Parts: sequence; structure tokens; C-alpha cells
Amino acid sequence: MFFLKRLASLPVLLLLISFLAFVLVRLAPGGPFDKERKPASPEIERALRARYHLDEPVWRQYARFLGGLAQGDFGASLKYRNHTVTDIIAQGLPVSLALGWLAFGFAVGLGLPVGFYTAARSGQWREYGVSLLILLAVCIPAFVIGPVLVLLLAIRWEVFPVALWDTPLHVVLPTVSLGLYFAGKFARMMREGMMETLRQPFINMARAKGLSETAVLWRHALPLAVLPVVSYAGPLLADLLTGSFVVENLFQIPGIGVFMVNSALSRDYPMVVGLVLLYAVLLLVLNLIVDVVYGLLDPRVRLR
Amino acid sequence: MPAPSPNQRAWQRFRQNPVALGSSGFLLALVALTVLWPWLSPYPPDAMGETQFAAPSLQHWFGTDVHGRDLLARVFYGARISLLVGMVGAGVSLVIGMLWGAVAGYVGGRWDAVMMRTVDVLYALPSIIFVIVLMSTLNGVLDRLEAGTISPEMSRLVQFVGLFGGLGAVSWLTMARVVRGQVLSLRARPFVEASLTLGASHLHVLRRHILPNVMGIVIVYLALTVPAVILYESFLSYLGLGIQPPQASLGSLIAEGARHINPVRIYWWLVVFPAATLALALLALNFLADGLREAMDPRADQEG
Repeated sequence: MFFLKRLASLPVLLLLISFLAFVLVRLAPGGPFDKERKPASPEIERALRARYHLDEPVWRQYARFLGGLAQGDFGASLKYRNHTVTDIIAQGLPVSLALGWLAFGFAVGLGLPVGFYTAARSGQWREYGVSLLILLAVCIPAFVIGPVLVLLLAIRWEVFPVALWDTPLHVVLPTVSLGLYFAGKFARMMREGMMETLRQPFINMARAKGLSETAVLWRHALPLAVLPVVSYAGPLLADLLTGSFVVENLFQIPGIGVFMVNSALSRDYPMVVGLVLLYAVLLLVLNLIVDVVYGLLDPRVRLR
Repeated sequence: MPAPSPNQRAWQRFRQNPVALGSSGFLLALVALTVLWPWLSPYPPDAMGETQFAAPSLQHWFGTDVHGRDLLARVFYGARISLLVGMVGAGVSLVIGMLWGAVAGYVGGRWDAVMMRTVDVLYALPSIIFVIVLMSTLNGVLDRLEAGTISPEMSRLVQFVGLFGGLGAVSWLTMARVVRGQVLSLRARPFVEASLTLGASHLHVLRRHILPNVMGIVIVYLALTVPAVILYESFLSYLGLGIQPPQASLGSLIAEGARHINPVRIYWWLVVFPAATLALALLALNFLADGLREAMDPRADQEG
């Protein structure tokens, strides 16, 4: 029931978000037809604005946009005028999806085990070293990690290609640059979750009745300890799947992360609204999935 | 002797945590250095010298940049701006988030629903879009005013305020959720009901009973927001949207250094020193936040 109610509120939320994005980008000064240095001649600009209905009042533009949306049409990009927004997203999205999933997999695959084991073996000095490394990962931005990896592994030792998105070897450096920060974040959350859970009375209970340490850690502690990670994973995945400006820019990867920033900078209104909607749909759906998973893992939530 | 208050106990625990204390000391030293360095150093941060790209030496400990400016002076200058941005940005997010969350949680009912749905909608809007619109609106207004009406210092100040506001405005959402959740559970507690039954005004209950109990979690979350804001500003600076030259933050210094990376000639000091300073500052801030959380944890008392 709760789930159905949430599902029903999705379209309303999306409508609000699209309207907000629609108005917000139009509030910014300048327009899509400003040239870098010399302004386009006023006649040309007027004609262009009329051609894309930008001379109409905002509410009518929005109504027009909704009409198009009902037919699955996001409109034409104002910057790349031969392409529709749908075209551009359809071209870049698979790449960004692939990179996003890989980085997410890397972050989960590295972060969760590290966090789990450092919590299970807490108190040893080796564990302090690992915790420091974990924390370091969340203190160095991707635009530092990326160039350093390229310099060392691609230019100095020539293990991996410098840029582009082609063979499996091309994938490694972008994935690590993008995922490392989140691996650190996951490790920290997992570690804190485990430490917190291992202090609970039911863990003492499980140990007292003679369960093996493996059973205590995996069967009893893990499902509860992983909850904060699960709720963080939803928004994170939405972020990663819609591309990263820094990493796509650095490695010349043809994804949509670059468009998110550039279209807002160049006032490519339809492009911005399309990308915002894509992000919002992903985020809302993933959050819904997170809630379902939450219920599966935590019996207390299921009862409500 | 009266029993120590929870705050005193938290302070005692904090003092017994060597990592947290060390981090606080490091941060204080860093702040002192960034403030005092202009008097200690022979090189002002924006004085151009004759030697471009000089490697670190006894004259220039961190080397010099493309304009022959002393990098050590620039790093301290940038660190000052970064720390300032982090603290003020987090402060803005604290004020907005706490007011929003407290009102929503305390008033409850329909208001709560409307306010939290607003947070949901804003949450689904990519923050970078919002920041780009805000910063370019501000720059547009400043450009229009440029014709002699305001001094350069004034326009710099306005830009700073805009950046602070922008960073705070995109990071208050989680704070609002955290505070709202806490207030909601406090409101149902017997001591709040008792106070209301005895005729206390809502303002009194909020001030005496709700806010003091929310402070713990708010301080912890605030300490986590500061490094997040610093990191976000460095990302904005990397995009060229943050601090504008000739001013600098650690992020803009790193971005500038990364621009000079090429396979032929590597000016490693341009990236390594600002990045290391950023990483160390963030590391200390994170340790501090961890220490605060452990100190504020009420369960720590029971374990003695």
C-alpha cells in the first residue's frame, strides 16, 4: 500500500521537478544564442528565438514542452541544432551507464569487504593503517586522482591507454578514478555500521548461544550493518549513472556527464530539462527500490 | 560534587581521544598559519616574480607557478579561502536546514508534508544546475553594475557571498532531513508532552527541550558538512565556477596545476602541494567529526 502510494506520487514529483528546472534555467542571464564574443545580429537572434518559441511567455513554453513530452519528445537541442535531446542522450547514455555501473561495482567490491573486515578485526594496528587509507580516499578529489593515475600508469609505465573509451583496458583508469572516492565512502559506512551493530545486545545473544563467529558476522550483523550503505547507494547510483563531468572530461569519454554542466553553461534549455528529468527519474525509482530492499533486510521496517 | 552534565562528559571523552585532539591542533595551527603567513613570508601571494615554474628550493619551498608567484604563499592563501568557504557554507546550510527541519518536525501534519516534499523535489534537482544558474545570475548582475557604480572589492565581496550562499543552499537538504527526524521523535517524548501540559509555550519547548537535544547530532553533521563543502567548492573551482582569479582556493590551485600537466614537462609541485594540503585539511576535519560523534554518543556512557 505504502509502495503504491509512493509510486503514484512519482509523476507529480517529476512534473514539479521539470517545471522547476524549466523556469530555473530561463532565469539565468544570457541565452542559448549568445556567441562567445560577438553577439549574433538582433534579427537573427529574434528569428531563432521565434523558431524555438522562446519569445512566448514561460507558461506557454512549458505547456508546449509538456505536449511534446506526452509524445516522448524532449525537443531539439539549442546548441547542437541538428540533434534532438533524445538523440544526444541516447548516444551518450549507454557509455555513462557502463562507466557508472563499473565505478559502482568497483566501489562496492572494494569498499564493502574492506569496511567489513576492518570492523570485524577492529583494534589491531594494521586496521588503523587501513582506516587511514580509507579516509584518504574520501579526501582526494577525482580531478587529482585521475591525472596522477594517467601520469604514472599511462604515461610513465604505459600499462593503460591515456584516454578514450574503447577496449577493456581503456575502462580501468576511468573506473578507478571515478569509483575510488565512493569505495572509501562505502568502506567508512560499512565499518561504522558493523561497529554499531556489533555493540547491540542481540550480537551478544548470538555469541552466547554458541554460534560461530562467521555466523554471527554474516548472518546476524551484516544485514543490519549494511542498511546505511543501502540507503546511500540509491542517490549515489543515480549520480554515477548520469555521468561524471570530471572523469568524462579527463579521459575524453563520450558520455552525458559533460552535457549536464555544459548545457547549463550554454543555456541549452531543452537539454538541461531533459537531463534533469533523466536524473530525477533515476533517483526516485532507485530510492523506491532502496525502500523495498530496506524492508527485506530489516524486519522492523516490514512491520510498519 | 554535582554529576557532570552530558556536555561535560562529551568534552571529557573528546579530550581522551588522541586522534581527534591531534586533528584539532593541526587545524588550529593551519588556520593560524594561513592568517599569519602574509607577515611571515617575504613573498605576497599575488606578487609576480621573474622565475616561472621554479622547482622547490630554499628560496621557494613549494616552487613557483606560471607567473613566478611563490607557491607556498599561494597555498596558504588558498587554504584560508577554502577553510573559510567550508565553514561559512556549512554555517549557511546549518541555519537553513535547522530552521526548516525543526519547523517541519515540530509543526507536523500538512506543513510537514509540504515542507518535506519540497526537500524531496529539490533533492532530485542536480545541484550543479542550481549552482550554475545562481553564479551566472550573480555575475550577470555584477557585470551590469560594473560601470563604476561599485568598487572591485565590493564586487569581490558579493561574489564571495554568492558562493557561500550557493554552497549552503545546495547542502542544507540533508541537514533539514536529519533535524526533522530528530525533532519528530523528540516531540513524541513524555518530557515534551509534560512541559506542554504544564502550560509552556511552544517557543519555550523548542528552546529549552527540543533544540538542546538536537544540538549533538547537528554538531556532528555540521562537522561532516565542512569537508563536504570544501570538496564541492574545489570541484566548482575545477569547472571555473568557484573562486575567480587572482584569488585562489586549494581547488583552483589544483585545477591550475592540472592544466600545466603534460607528458613532456611535469611541474609536479603545482599539483602535489595544494592537493596534499587539501587532503590533510580534509583528513583532519573528518577525524574531528569522527571524534565529535564518538564523544556525543550517549551510549558511550553505559560502556564506561
